[in-house]
Amino acid sequence: MGILAVIIMESQTVFYELKVNGKTYRVDDVEPRMLLADVLRDVLFLTGTHLGCEHGVCGACTVLLDGLPARSCLMLGIQAQGYEITTVEGLAPDEEHLSVLQDAFWEEHGLQCGFCTSGILTTMSWFLKQNPTPTRAEIREALSGNLCRCTGYQNIVTAVERAAAKMKAAS
Amino acid sequence: MKPPAFAYYAPKRIDDTLRMLHEFVREQNLDVKLLAGGQSLVPLLNMRLAHPEVIVDLNPLEPQLNYIRRDGDMLRIGALTRHYVLRTNPEILQHCPMLADAAGLIGHAAILTRGTIGGSLVHADPAAELPLVFAMLRGMVTLQSAQSSRVIDARDFFLSYLTTRVEPDEILTEVALPIMPARSGQAIEEFSMRHGDFALVAAAAQVTLAADASWQGVRLGLGGVAPTPADCSHLLTPLVGKRPTWDELREALRPIEDEIDPQGDIHASAAYRKELAHTLAYRAIERAIRHTGSAPPEQ
Amino acid sequence: MSIGEAIKRIEDPRLLVGKGQYVADVRVPGMLEACVVRSLYAHAKILGIDSSAAYAIKGVVAVVTASDLPADLQPIPMRLTAAPELVHALQMPLANTIVRYAGEPVAVIVADSRYAAEDAAEQVLVAYEMLPAVTDIRAAMRADAPLLYPVLGSNTIYTLAAKKGDSHQALRQAPYRLTLDFAIQRHAAIPLETRGLVVIPDAQGRIHVYGPTKVVHFNRIVLARLLNCDPALIHFIETDVGGGFGARGEFYPEDFLIPFIARNVGRPVRWIEDRMEHLKATNHSREQRHHLTVGFDDSGRLQGLEDEIWVNTGAYIRTHGATVPEMTQAMLPGPYDWPAFHLVTHVVVTNKTPMGTYRAPGRYEGTFVRERLVEAVAHTLQLDPTVVRDRNFIKSEQMPYTVGTHGLGEDVVFDSGDYSRMLAIAKEHMQWADFPGRKAKAREQGHLRGMGWSFFVEKTGLGPWEEARVGLDTEGTFYCHSGLAALGQGTETLLAQLVSDQLGIKPEQVKLVHGDTDVVPAGNGSFASRGTATGGIAAYIAAEELRRRILMVSERRFEATPLDLQLGPEGPSMVGSPSKRMDWRQVAAYAGKVGVELDVRERYDVPHMTYPYGVHAAEVDIDRDTGRISIERYLIAYDVGRAVNPALVKGQIIGGMVQGLGGALLEELAYDNDGQLLSGTFMDYLLPTSCEAPDIEVIITEDAPSRHNPLGVKGCGEGGTTGVGAALANAVADALDAPPQAFTELPIRPETVRMWIQRLSAQQSLDRP
Repeated sequence: MGILAVIIMESQTVFYELKVNGKTYRVDDVEPRMLLADVLRDVLFLTGTHLGCEHGVCGACTVLLDGLPARSCLMLGIQAQGYEITTVEGLAPDEEHLSVLQDAFWEEHGLQCGFCTSGILTTMSWFLKQNPTPTRAEIREALSGNLCRCTGYQNIVTAVERAAAKMKAAS
Repeated sequence: MKPPAFAYYAPKRIDDTLRMLHEFVREQNLDVKLLAGGQSLVPLLNMRLAHPEVIVDLNPLEPQLNYIRRDGDMLRIGALTRHYVLRTNPEILQHCPMLADAAGLIGHAAILTRGTIGGSLVHADPAAELPLVFAMLRGMVTLQSAQSSRVIDARDFFLSYLTTRVEPDEILTEVALPIMPARSGQAIEEFSMRHGDFALVAAAAQVTLAADASWQGVRLGLGGVAPTPADCSHLLTPLVGKRPTWDELREALRPIEDEIDPQGDIHASAAYRKELAHTLAYRAIERAIRHTGSAPPEQ
Repeated sequence: MSIGEAIKRIEDPRLLVGKGQYVADVRVPGMLEACVVRSLYAHAKILGIDSSAAYAIKGVVAVVTASDLPADLQPIPMRLTAAPELVHALQMPLANTIVRYAGEPVAVIVADSRYAAEDAAEQVLVAYEMLPAVTDIRAAMRADAPLLYPVLGSNTIYTLAAKKGDSHQALRQAPYRLTLDFAIQRHAAIPLETRGLVVIPDAQGRIHVYGPTKVVHFNRIVLARLLNCDPALIHFIETDVGGGFGARGEFYPEDFLIPFIARNVGRPVRWIEDRMEHLKATNHSREQRHHLTVGFDDSGRLQGLEDEIWVNTGAYIRTHGATVPEMTQAMLPGPYDWPAFHLVTHVVVTNKTPMGTYRAPGRYEGTFVRERLVEAVAHTLQLDPTVVRDRNFIKSEQMPYTVGTHGLGEDVVFDSGDYSRMLAIAKEHMQWADFPGRKAKAREQGHLRGMGWSFFVEKTGLGPWEEARVGLDTEGTFYCHSGLAALGQGTETLLAQLVSDQLGIKPEQVKLVHGDTDVVPAGNGSFASRGTATGGIAAYIAAEELRRRILMVSERRFEATPLDLQLGPEGPSMVGSPSKRMDWRQVAAYAGKVGVELDVRERYDVPHMTYPYGVHAAEVDIDRDTGRISIERYLIAYDVGRAVNPALVKGQIIGGMVQGLGGALLEELAYDNDGQLLSGTFMDYLLPTSCEAPDIEVIITEDAPSRHNPLGVKGCGEGGTTGVGAALANAVADALDAPPQAFTELPIRPETVRMWIQRLSAQQSLDRP
């Protein structure tokens, strides 16, 4: 195979392309160990994705890969090549408007400090596609992979219910 | 909590991956870790509990190792099949429904979209659902290296806590599970402190009934009570050939607490885990029987 | 918008689209990243530190240890409840010769990335000589216990007391006595965002610090003192904050270290705490033990209480001084008219992470003890626990009521409250009268069902003062500068609502500034549920004066009387004469012309803390075989004096409840005997998820407005947490008909429930039908 003069540790840097919220970015000269969350935040300056634990439990870092939720703290940036990545910055239809889900959170006081909100919005936008008419119990179950320390979850559940009702009415 | 430095490779064909592994492990004696779903490995890296010199990413092999096929009386599942696929695949729902249930219990959606069955088995956490199901059903795995390919039975696969027979230059490529026999029911029960957490204790059961609704076969496995999944089927084999009542079932399970030697930790003592083992084993068998579609025995 | 309306928050749009700016989102060119090297051991001497291998890591710029700090550096001072006895246990920013808890900062690495800094941190070689560690309160008090501060001669470093009447005699004469031990486990605020700082030195010798919050003005002075520089050289700017709950915003070692290092290297330095660090480094709380005796008569009337309390403060005294012990004592008597009590609280040091305040500090613990105790009294007498409470309540006619305790510099004097009415409302709502029937029916079906109560009095509105500056600028924009802080609770909306209410404008028209010490010269910050009742009132009064001036200017302009004028979002106008109007720019210009200053500064002096109150009720179902607790219903009824924005109030109550639930059932900062933190990640430190949190019913009443401020507001940030431990413990005890000794320790794990089920099954009829 011929790659056998391997340089271990120190100086391996890589470059790759990431497609985020419909736009293609080039990531240059980073170490392969750089986590996807850090690439999004510190290289692409998309700081809407937050780091709350860096071990896959809190869900604040959740993004969508080809529409499916994934913890960006548990992936290397280089692994995200080839996917359509959606972050919270990609959920609103345009600069002037919020998505139905975001608007529902605003109406229902579904956030306080906002730190968990990004990961919840990406997760819930996927969830509502899977289950457009969820019960409160189903919402709570789908939400259980995202920790919130401020709201106690109740208004978040109501916001998702509200968004589901609105989407159903519109369809 | 950032990972330590490592060299990273992601070959696109399995033969290249195997050759690379052989070179790194056998020729250069490097510490190599394989990256699949990353849901177990990356936390270890972020916590700096692992310092591999090389990471070989298996994800480019997903097109080759993501499949579910029926092959006679076995289901063959590619090692890179993601957990969320196991949950809804029609072959699995029909022929091994416990696997779909187990996949659902693993954790939250974002874990299920990345985690793989191969990764879960190799990680071998004794409280994890897939190793338990695999052990209880006595499945088999295919391990490939550059030089050989071998098949190992579940009974020989798990060695101890987080340790299996997989060699450092091997990749687990396929999991084979027997399809559920006719007139059978399967169930998995677990108890965790919070929804979606690792189980404190889990019980997986399969009951097969004869035409007269007497027990023809029974399997019972427990997770979280030993360094590897524990096979407790022998406690119930005395009931084979009979139509046991619920009280007889409870009695037969009573010695379970003596069979196992769980560790206590900050979440639960060993004594409580033993009690849970009894309760969950009972509930799993009871539900498995209901899933056979046959009427439950009289009290 | 008017006061009392549940308006949407003005903070939300930017947060919803990922445009919030938290400290970790701040980036400047040339920025370095820091990483703190922390002690591996709970108690050890530091023999030496070898940084040479760390320096060899690519990207490392500096490795700072105690020897690099000024020789005359002082320890971090107390901010609240200081006492001379505690001074010896204050913490230095870096350990010098001794470490006293696992996680104590020992060195700081600065590198071009956090990745490289962590690589270097692994290479710092610290030679330790282990010392015996002590973690348990009882072990720490033994005569042969290892001493954290040998010169103090004991690990009990401070004792407070509160006394009313003659408790000794009262207990002796009481027909009944009950002696019980209680314990609350160590747990903590754990906001979802960890701490962080970005320090940017400029060419003029100033440093600009992003990350401080909660009490920025105080902390700036502390930093200036520790850096030995003029405070004018330090500029704090508050970013968006991911929750505080008491723990974030106090002055920690890093709050000195990062600015010190940035000044020295002359480059911007960012430090973002990671989660594993956070669990070891950011303030712990709650851990205490009680040993008490209560005396009562056969009608449940409480005669006297003697409670000895031990608080495990950890290895050092931090900025809160003795606040948690003092608050425990101050509010322990609660809503009851005790004839006599004697409370003694000991502050005990151990080799654990130091303690600070966490939502309802001292009150979560004290309410758990007192309210479990009251139901234990009721159980002993086979009386209805709500009737026992009502018999002992302070009556509204007795207000203002002097409790006989002291806290945060004031005597505790309840200003207003109708506790009986509150309890009656809650009983009706929970259908308490029907509960015995529901419970019996559940038993018939094999279920264990129980209901528990918890009545609480909270303290809010701490002074001494708060400032607001409200005005209209020449562009026609309204502004409000506040000395409060925003940690996620909706401070901006709250202030905008109060100001806009006075001025007839929309809340979005008010530009808020808080936490920027260059713009806001003074303030006492946001903590202890003080925001609305202090900074809110200051803004309200300032806006009232601004309104007066705007009307005066408009009267002059239109030659009208006040009755003819109205203020709206577009500006002032004359009623009935649409042509007579000004926009706000014109108002500003005209005011300038006639010499009226449309800029009002108000310093509101807070007369006294104020005391909202309420009740929690929990109805639970217990799984016999596993002991799992399922919450079927949960009610919180809270009188907050006046609710400026009911949605914000309800949000605080619900969010508070779920934190309280975590403390009651799930969370524990568990240590082994060597002082190693066992619950060091989120896999083991269990925060409630949406599946553990119930739907909570909330009733907000305004029966007892505060007498201390013109709006009657009392604040509400903590009451949702205060009562949860007791309500759940009482509910579980009721489900099992358990004796007083049961469920006097938190957290209540399924295992403990299961143990009591077995114990009680052996004795009585808890068995399946």
